Amino acid sequence: MRHQIYLAILLPLLGFLFNGLLGRKIKNEKIVGAIGSGAIGLAFLVVLVSFFETVALPAEQRALIVPLFSWLKVGLLEINIGYQVDQLSLVMAMVVTGIGFVIHIYSIGYMHGDKGFWRFFTYLNLFIFAMMNLILADNFVLLFLGWEGVGLCSYLLIGFWYDRKFEKSTTSDAAKKAFVVNRIGDFGFLIGMFFIYLNFNSLNFTEVFSRAGVLSGIPESTFNIIALCLFIGATGKSAQIPLFVWLPDAMAGPTPVSALIHAATMVTAGVYMVARCSILFASAPLALTVVAVIGLATAFFAATIGLVQNDIKKVLAYSTVSQLGYMFLALGMGAFTAGIFHVVTHAFFKALLFLGAGSVIHGMHEEQNIQHYGGLKKYMPVTQRTFLIAAIAIAGIPPFAGFFSKDEILWKAFSHGGFFFWFIGAVTAMFTAFYMFRLYILTFEGKPRFDSAHVHPHESPKLMTIPLMILAVLSIVGGFIGLPHVLAGEHGNLLENWLEPVFKVADARLLRSAESSGSLEVLFMVLSVCIAAVSIYFARRVYLNKPAIADKAAGTFSGLYRTLLNKYYVDEAYDAAVVTPILKTSRTVLWKFTDVKIIDGLVNSTASLFTGLGERMRKLQTGVAQFYAVLMIAGIALALFWLISIIN
Amino acid sequence: MEQNLILLYTLFAPLVGAMLLLFLPKEKEGLIRAFGIGVSLITFFLSLAAWSMFDASKAEFQLQQQFLWLSRYNISFHIGADGLSMIMVLLTTFLTTLTLWTSWSGIAKKVKEFTFFMLILEVGMLGVFVSVDLFLFYVFWEAMLIPMYFIIGIWGGEQRIYASIKFFIYTMAGSLLMLVAIIWLFMYAYNDVHMYTSNINDLYKIGPKIPFEIQKWLFLAFTISFAIKVPLFPFHTWLPDAHVQAPTAGSVILAGVLLKMGTYGLLRFSIPLFPQSAHYFAPAISTLAVIGIIYGALVAMVQTDMKKLVAYSSVAHLGFVVLGIFALTPESVQGAIIQMVNHGLSTGALFILVGAIYERTHTREIDAYGGIAPIVPVYSTLLLIVSLSSIGLPGLNGFIGEFLILIGAFKSPVLNNWMFSIVAASGVIFAAVYLLWMYQRVVFGPVKNEGLRALKDVTAREFTIVALLLVFIVWIGVYPATFMKITEASTAKLIKETLTTLSIRY
Repeated sequence: MRHQIYLAILLPLLGFLFNGLLGRKIKNEKIVGAIGSGAIGLAFLVVLVSFFETVALPAEQRALIVPLFSWLKVGLLEINIGYQVDQLSLVMAMVVTGIGFVIHIYSIGYMHGDKGFWRFFTYLNLFIFAMMNLILADNFVLLFLGWEGVGLCSYLLIGFWYDRKFEKSTTSDAAKKAFVVNRIGDFGFLIGMFFIYLNFNSLNFTEVFSRAGVLSGIPESTFNIIALCLFIGATGKSAQIPLFVWLPDAMAGPTPVSALIHAATMVTAGVYMVARCSILFASAPLALTVVAVIGLATAFFAATIGLVQNDIKKVLAYSTVSQLGYMFLALGMGAFTAGIFHVVTHAFFKALLFLGAGSVIHGMHEEQNIQHYGGLKKYMPVTQRTFLIAAIAIAGIPPFAGFFSKDEILWKAFSHGGFFFWFIGAVTAMFTAFYMFRLYILTFEGKPRFDSAHVHPHESPKLMTIPLMILAVLSIVGGFIGLPHVLAGEHGNLLENWLEPVFKVADARLLRSAESSGSLEVLFMVLSVCIAAVSIYFARRVYLNKPAIADKAAGTFSGLYRTLLNKYYVDEAYDAAVVTPILKTSRTVLWKFTDVKIIDGLVNSTASLFTGLGERMRKLQTGVAQFYAVLMIAGIALALFWLISIIN
Repeated sequence: MEQNLILLYTLFAPLVGAMLLLFLPKEKEGLIRAFGIGVSLITFFLSLAAWSMFDASKAEFQLQQQFLWLSRYNISFHIGADGLSMIMVLLTTFLTTLTLWTSWSGIAKKVKEFTFFMLILEVGMLGVFVSVDLFLFYVFWEAMLIPMYFIIGIWGGEQRIYASIKFFIYTMAGSLLMLVAIIWLFMYAYNDVHMYTSNINDLYKIGPKIPFEIQKWLFLAFTISFAIKVPLFPFHTWLPDAHVQAPTAGSVILAGVLLKMGTYGLLRFSIPLFPQSAHYFAPAISTLAVIGIIYGALVAMVQTDMKKLVAYSSVAHLGFVVLGIFALTPESVQGAIIQMVNHGLSTGALFILVGAIYERTHTREIDAYGGIAPIVPVYSTLLLIVSLSSIGLPGLNGFIGEFLILIGAFKSPVLNNWMFSIVAASGVIFAAVYLLWMYQRVVFGPVKNEGLRALKDVTAREFTIVALLLVFIVWIGVYPATFMKITEASTAKLIKETLTTLSIRY
């Protein structure tokens, strides 16, 4: 099955084509849903079988390239449509198809009755197709195809309910914003590819990375430029500073989309890409530092915004931005495995949180403001329990999944970055636990704050709750794939062992080895559990027992509160500094002035110059015969005079 | 020299068709339309036959036919095709057929005259691409203006007279410069080899020997003439007027084929005839090309008329092509040629779709629309895919061209500066803005006015036409080799010879 890995890409494509071409005529949700989900389920099986086949092989035989056909062959470029099966791509592919399958099933319930049901599954399958290309590509150009493809699907799905209002504008505005901001990142990625081609004469992973691995006289500055350009791409796709602004707006899409694309899979593409190019980043110390700083800053700022948002999906969106920041922090520290580990656990619990939120929104008649929830525990027990599990997981309480991955990142931040990195990371963890339990408590605990005469909350159907349970199990046990050395021994970290061949060269360049740490790591572990526990206690005290404290705090620090509520006014600043000036300049200076006045003016005045000349010349044509005769004689005289002068 | 009649048949099939058309009674419009489509279809099949006889591994002109024409000056009617000609011929015959079919509903008056002019236009366009004699080229180049002038002037919009005259004079001004340069070159050649020759292959050997001080003026005369046709910034202001006023068929042919004559001329004449000058001016021209990319995109962004938006987007797209041509790397030139084809397909499809909705509502104002997605779902889907192709989404055709051009220009030894590619690449951001913004305002949102609820979705004919274009949009996106193979050898020859003359190592 490893050699037929393309089936995992072909199946979603077939699902897309089937539903896209016939879905509107079929009109039967069962068939459309079954085809859509079935394609992904089968793709998951393909990946799973390939995974076990790969596990059975000795480590040095695990990587495999499956070329299909030649895509671009010009000059030195030889790009295939070809797929790479290795430890890293298999991990990502399992997450994407596995979580993707669960969310497809959930969507059958969630989208039930929507007039665009078939369209939804069409787009969702197209998304998986693009995402699998991104992950499995054996070269940069095909990765870029997937990269842009997922951006397109994101665009289509954010604007899925294209006739709905979203905040101050429409869902399609949010969709366009996502696409355009992503394109700004893609621009960086493109330039990165150009530099790679210029220096390595190839865009295939194998060749580029092996040439980079032997350091053939390419200066560090070149690596820095390449890595920074690629990272610009990552900031777009993975919503990091300064390009994170699209992700919160992306919540305009249906909730399963937020879970699949804007939490579990697509937004981690940037993390995957950086990890895939680990050798390029490991050779670029400046770029690595930038990655770490941007990651840390994003994690922190997004978490502060998350503290005060009232829209259930907005809180989760900022939480996602913040968690992605953690992943980049890990990458920036050169801890590639830790970054991927957090991608995996985050996919479990964040997908669960979003699907839980979807279940709540579903049960609350599309209400999304957590101030209008409260006490939903007794109406939605499954949703509540699974949501709580996810909240504990993200808050970092052992032995849930989030604890191990986040703790590894914090530890790496301390051991490679120093106290400052650890400290900000730990404060962010504190905020995370706080806003997550604020969200949980305001939603499920306490007294109902909705009008129970009109709103009748209810638990969601089995199609939706079973996926929640599956993800809950994963959120509990998912962390065991990456147990720290202190607890599991020298070779106890399964994920690290598995990914070791992929990051070997990069680790060597960074002089990183699987160091075993001692009691200090245990101390930090205990410390972060305490931080999380205190934070949760605090959130419980404020939002369950004394809600007045929150209002009072908001009143005392009203300036800060409003700044956070308005997300540091970043959108407004971008509008004023970039969007409006470009539009205005284009309209007035370029079009109405340069084009119409100057260039066309020049053309038209040339034309009128000639018509004007013609007008003047016309005056010579007086129609008086004598005048012509005089001119004629004068002319003959001149000609004669000239001839005579030549002869002489 | 091997003689092969297939190109001659392809070239004259529409002419014979046009003559026969004159005998058809003008009231039988259906018959005339069908006849026109039939003739163009036959021409298309003839061009396919020519392709099948064409040996893509050879770089020189093939399928040649030569008759002495003006014996005193040794000017002959000499046609042939290399890879570049071949692909342009295929594009021309394909688009002409689709355009005539599109006009089934778009053109309501004087159908016979319209069909006649379209067929004559096709002869002119094909002639430009297959001429191996410089004078013959010039004759076709000029002749083709006349039918286009009438197509805009008779079947155009309200300001059609202004637009058609502007189009004519702009192009004419450029052509005159070229004519002077052609005569000069012809005389120079006579002095050089003591024999009159206007055969392109002979001139290729003579041109590079012209002293640079003179050569650069000849280069400019040719290149400005082509630049107006392309149109390269700042010679582009005729284009928006011509496009907006032209009927759909005119716009499709204008964008699809006529603009390509400019870039074809650059590849066929400007660079191989005057390589030293091309090298000297390459940075300046590439700068204009890059300005055009950004400028066209920015101005497109603020248009309120759909057709004008598409017209300005052409300025941006053709900027990419010119950049690719003057970067002179295999990647960029192959990219430029495939981008010429892409632009013909994608922009052609955009004009057809804009035309289709215009026929229903008689307005092209973006603001008049909104929320039509559920009313005309098929139309909306087609418009989306075509827009994405124009945006350069990987997997569709536009990406292949833009990517190759940019990556080639980036490492070009002729330009020797990354900035051209970097600035040009930012154009991909703006392209997403203007097209998606237009798409959003037209298709998404709540239904803007009640009149729109009565909109009819695409007819079977419209669907088939756009679907045929989509086949190639996807084909080139996924497996461009089919088409890039055609021009591979002739592109390699062009670059090799030019760089050898310039003693630049690649």
